[in-house]
Amino acid sequence: MNFFSAVGEDISNFFTEFGNDFYLNFIKNARWQYLVNGLGVTLKVTLFAVIIGIVLGFLVAIIRSTHDKAGTMTPFLKFVLNVLNFLCNVYLTVIRGTPVLVQLLIIYFVIFASVRIDKSFVAIIAFGVNSGAYVAEIVRGGIMSIDQGQFEAGRSLGFNFAQTMWYIIIPQTFKNVLPALGNEFIVLLKETSVAGYIALEDLTKGGDIIRSQTFSALLPLLAVAAIYLLMVVLLSNLLKILERRLRSSEK
Amino acid sequence: MKNSNPEKPFNPETDPLISVKDLQKNFKGLHALNGVSLDIYKGDVVFVVGPSGSGKSTFLRCLNRLEEPSGGEIFFEGVEITDRAVDINKHRQKMGMVFQQFNLFPHMTVLKNMTQAPIKLQHISKAEAEAEARKLLDRVGLLDRENAYPNQLSGGQKQRIAIVRALCMKPDVMLFDEPTSALDPEMVGEVLQVMRGLAEEKMTMVVVTHEMAFAREVASKIVFMADGQILETGTPDEFFNHPKTERLKQFLDKVL
Repeated sequence: MNFFSAVGEDISNFFTEFGNDFYLNFIKNARWQYLVNGLGVTLKVTLFAVIIGIVLGFLVAIIRSTHDKAGTMTPFLKFVLNVLNFLCNVYLTVIRGTPVLVQLLIIYFVIFASVRIDKSFVAIIAFGVNSGAYVAEIVRGGIMSIDQGQFEAGRSLGFNFAQTMWYIIIPQTFKNVLPALGNEFIVLLKETSVAGYIALEDLTKGGDIIRSQTFSALLPLLAVAAIYLLMVVLLSNLLKILERRLRSSEK
Repeated sequence: MKNSNPEKPFNPETDPLISVKDLQKNFKGLHALNGVSLDIYKGDVVFVVGPSGSGKSTFLRCLNRLEEPSGGEIFFEGVEITDRAVDINKHRQKMGMVFQQFNLFPHMTVLKNMTQAPIKLQHISKAEAEAEARKLLDRVGLLDRENAYPNQLSGGQKQRIAIVRALCMKPDVMLFDEPTSALDPEMVGEVLQVMRGLAEEKMTMVVVTHEMAFAREVASKIVFMADGQILETGTPDEFFNHPKTERLKQFLDKVL
């Protein structure tokens, strides 16, 4: 045997092996469905968690910045605001001070221990509540960075506090914090991969199930990684387009 | 709601439009306003001047309670607006304000800047509000900029837009907080021209400024403030030619 035929054999062996591996991991018993279904679960959990995160985050940010900058008000309002602000601070401290995985486990095994409940619902709540805390601090920073004059201009026209926030401050804030928010959502998308700890069959878990059935780790895990990467790249580009569109008004 | 004189309803022709009584404002340890009283009648063009730190901007900002007074009373159209129970937002709609830093909304076009408040607060139709806004834009020579965004405008243009934005609410009084101080010198004239026009139309105005020549030309009344108090009030002639207090004489020596 000469050198070239040996190399040729190696190459052809590699392809045969790869083909076999590919067949075993993805085609046989329709195992690709673990990935597709898992991807669906991951996307669902991420999407709803993002929505909860945004709503919760903006709410907390508005309460906290209102507390910090609002002028005089009736004693009753002041009291309500102080209580709300205190609750928000507790929320931020607890959520940002503990790992998301621990929060997920607590919500699943403690809070919802006695009820039969859809696991993806639990994951949505856990990741949404977790993300909300980070979104809140991003948005609060954004609100505080808007020039005080914008606020005064709104109030001087006769807008009340809420209207000034809604028409003038929030739109500008949103534009300013979009890059940071986008980053938060990319992190969130990848963070949902720990949902397998409550036996939720998301993308990561799907790949892991294939691995446990075929005892071949490389291809399933590589496929999982490639799908995450693809999603993140798509999401980043989407955000870039959105950013450019929002910025266009200022050119 | 308290009335300045409960027996008699507010008469815009004889009663002061704005009546300030013993106004106090303390910032942590600093007495910014120390008993300021002033009556402003309909059609008055009141210029408030004085050395920096005299409290003139604070005084102006107290008039629509952007700055919350620490004491004293302000009556606007017969209503005590320093009363906490008053809905200040209602009254602010009738008090236009122009800021040193323009404070246009950068995320809105010129037209939207002007029509947002009338549409949302006075429930005027969009078409009507835009027609009114275009009329005002035409008056200040900026009709062709209605779709521009604020950072596409020069400083003088921004301030003219800020003035007509306030005018869109059809206010009964206009408050100007150093409207030309942030402008390049060559743009001051165009803003003063707009203000001059307003004064000629008998718009009630309260102007905090350092433009002495303009005050002399346009003011119906000049108020001199120092150390949080009004030291002198008079017509431009009394103010510039017959100052009574030593403090005003010194001030005029410096600025003229």
